[in-house]
Amino acid sequence: MMTVSERNAVVFPPAPTTRFTRRGLFSWTTGAALCVALQLPLASRAIAQGQPVPASAFIKIERSGAITFVIPQVEMGQGIYTALAMVLAEELDADWSRVQIEHAPPNAALYGNPLLGEQITGGSSSVRAFFVPLRQAGALVRISLIEAAARQLKVSPAMLRTESSEVIHDASGRRIAYGDLISLVAAPSVEAAPPLKSPKDFRIIGKPLKRLDTPDKTNGAAKYGIDALPPGVKFATLALTPVLGGKVVRVDDRNAVALPGVRQVVVLEDVVAVVGDHMWAAKRGLEALNIEWDDGPNGGVSSALIWDKLRAASHRDGAVARDDGDAARALSDGDVLTREFEMPFLAHACMEPLNCTLDVRQDGTDVWVGTQIIGRARDIVAKVTALPVERVRIHQHLIGGGFGRRLDVDMIGTAARIARQVDGPVKIVWSREEDIRNDYYRPAYHDILSAKVADKRLVAWKHKVSGAAITARFAPGWFKDGLDSDGIDGAKDVAYEVPNVRVEFVREEPPAVMTGWWRGVGPNNNVFAIESFIDEVAHSVAVDPIEFRIAHLGKTPRLRAVLELVREKSDWSAPLPDDCGRGVAAQTAFGSFIATVVECAVNDFGEIALRRVTSCVDAGIVINPDTVIAQLQGGLIYGLTAGLYGEITLENGRVHQSNFNNYRILRINEVPRIDVHLIPSADPPGGIGETGTTASIAALRNAIYDASGVALHRMPVDRSLLAKGARS
Amino acid sequence: MFALTINGTAMQVDVPADMPVLWLLRDVLQMTGTKFGCGIAQCGACTVHLDGRPVRSCVLPVSSVGDRAITTIEAIAEQPTGRKVQAAWLDLEVIQCGYCQSGQIMATVALLNDNPHPTDEDINAALAGNICRCGTYVRIREAIKRASAGGA
Repeated sequence: MMTVSERNAVVFPPAPTTRFTRRGLFSWTTGAALCVALQLPLASRAIAQGQPVPASAFIKIERSGAITFVIPQVEMGQGIYTALAMVLAEELDADWSRVQIEHAPPNAALYGNPLLGEQITGGSSSVRAFFVPLRQAGALVRISLIEAAARQLKVSPAMLRTESSEVIHDASGRRIAYGDLISLVAAPSVEAAPPLKSPKDFRIIGKPLKRLDTPDKTNGAAKYGIDALPPGVKFATLALTPVLGGKVVRVDDRNAVALPGVRQVVVLEDVVAVVGDHMWAAKRGLEALNIEWDDGPNGGVSSALIWDKLRAASHRDGAVARDDGDAARALSDGDVLTREFEMPFLAHACMEPLNCTLDVRQDGTDVWVGTQIIGRARDIVAKVTALPVERVRIHQHLIGGGFGRRLDVDMIGTAARIARQVDGPVKIVWSREEDIRNDYYRPAYHDILSAKVADKRLVAWKHKVSGAAITARFAPGWFKDGLDSDGIDGAKDVAYEVPNVRVEFVREEPPAVMTGWWRGVGPNNNVFAIESFIDEVAHSVAVDPIEFRIAHLGKTPRLRAVLELVREKSDWSAPLPDDCGRGVAAQTAFGSFIATVVECAVNDFGEIALRRVTSCVDAGIVINPDTVIAQLQGGLIYGLTAGLYGEITLENGRVHQSNFNNYRILRINEVPRIDVHLIPSADPPGGIGETGTTASIAALRNAIYDASGVALHRMPVDRSLLAKGARS
Repeated sequence: MFALTINGTAMQVDVPADMPVLWLLRDVLQMTGTKFGCGIAQCGACTVHLDGRPVRSCVLPVSSVGDRAITTIEAIAEQPTGRKVQAAWLDLEVIQCGYCQSGQIMATVALLNDNPHPTDEDINAALAGNICRCGTYVRIREAIKRASAGGA
């Protein structure tokens, strides 16, 4: 079974080891029309408990030769349907042109993410978690197909090979298609861990194959949750309490119900929804309501108050995540450099606004939604509707942007509370304004870093992270002894070699906002703080920032290698115009080794123009190199958007930002050339979906310093500090 | 009642005069390829063509369409430029989550019909109204150039 040993590779405690058994693998159904399903349970829970394994788990081969892979992880743009299908197809030796995929239903025993212990698409973990198990699945089925063919041809299995969904007997030239073998297949002679291909024999893994999900995304045919249209569906939109913890006092709906197309007004404790024949009626109806709210205890909360509380908390001693040597003593005298860094609350702003369609009946509920956490989606609907979980059916959809927002199920719970008041199916769609104002925001963080350097080498390092602990809410088992395993991810395991290191975490939960997973999660904050700080340390001793980093990476050759490559590929030493600069950032987050250089210009008014981004990546074995490059390109832009524009602020308990006019997203005219270089590697795969986002913010910040001489300590960029007259 | 022509089909629709075309398409006609993103013409996800010109259907009342023909993503493959753009999008594997891409493709087809060989500045001007949260902009630009070169 896969073990992830790379620094930083496992964010969360892994689930118990999974394994296959012959009984579990081959308890299939036979003789059913044209389709015989080979069942490949991933997790052993159901089998170990002696439960029957439900129909098909990962691989279905039909007599026609069509092959369907059931993909445990959801597609939200990261290309996982294609990548995991490639992994299965590789060891199965499947005919790639006949491969199709299905979303997996909720079933943690079969489809649980082995790294995270639950059916979760997040933490850049999908390939890391499933690379070995799905190869084993493909290999076991391939062996059983060979053995079936050997019986049929009366030859030794050793005389047979497979290619493109056929078993081939070279000696006689005979070939049997997989589809013709399905009724002859029996349990393979191999017990558990089948032999896997050597990477040099890969025919599919490592090739830039075309994605399976994209053709339908060019013609309007792809279906996202928001596109669900069950027969008879009505449409609703909602107003949530503008202050978290507030309540509805009263609602005057006289004007709303008089509007054509308005069918119903649903008033709950903290939300009001209008149901209509179409979204326009619902929206007009909502605008026509007169709602009186009680703001509750958070009506006076402002950003200033939240920052005051967080900054005060950062002076407390934190829970200790790491304590090598004696950092306190080493930092108690001599020249110590200390800097504080801050990251703001951020909204996800997925292009597909939050939505959920439900048909709540007495005998069960159907739910149409795209979710990163399908088991919890089912469970919250069961809870709200007081139905057993078996009566809740989740129709999983493509996701129009997840970025961690759809790892929470608050929106599904809210929609279910509304839908149970409505007769028949109803689609509930958040307006963009409700989506942004009721996000589970990326936490605000305050980091304090101190370092001492002697002879141009770091001798002591202290890093204290202060912020919300998402794990304490989301998965209390991941929050232990005051330490948020995510909040310190990337800080505890800082790659730079220093003899005295202390890393602490202070938990401080903000009032008036919910916090949640946001692309890049904990490493986002820590890579920003560490990579900004180490740049300042390097400058303080007049050493080139790349040189300084490399000098402290003797034990991390993969990170050193990407730094050396990015130095070359970014033309690091080439002269630039006066108003331009380059900045670097290096990271090991999610088990991938990445170095990034951002080049930008800062004009006299403090405005920033991005000129070029270069990122060099060692992500271990890569399934689909084109997808990895695309994820880097997009992730870098996601991070640059945050660095240049992203901040959620509050006043009177209310979120200021509401839509793309005041929560800005980078647009095509602002995006520069982005070059991504992959270093070939035989190491186990690293995560990739979030890495670009964590890479770009510090590199941008360091480029701004190089261009303007202004060292920024909080994001997003405050242009007033960069204007010529303001520079010190 | 409004008489409209959508993707070449003439139809009568009985909807409120102020209803944006977006909701007519999605909720009444059940053509869900056109996407809702912001509702205030800031993101371009809802872009359709009115007589070939790109418009944001989330702020386009049905009553203002008049006799102009509406074209949506569902019918864009009926145009040579549409097919070329779709092919370039797939050749260069532009798409990630794909939610904004109906709008990106509609904006691009309108650009190329008007200006078969756009410069970077032309592309910026025509596409800056279309947000992609996945950040596929680098490939969108390449794909526009690919589609444009293919039509040379």
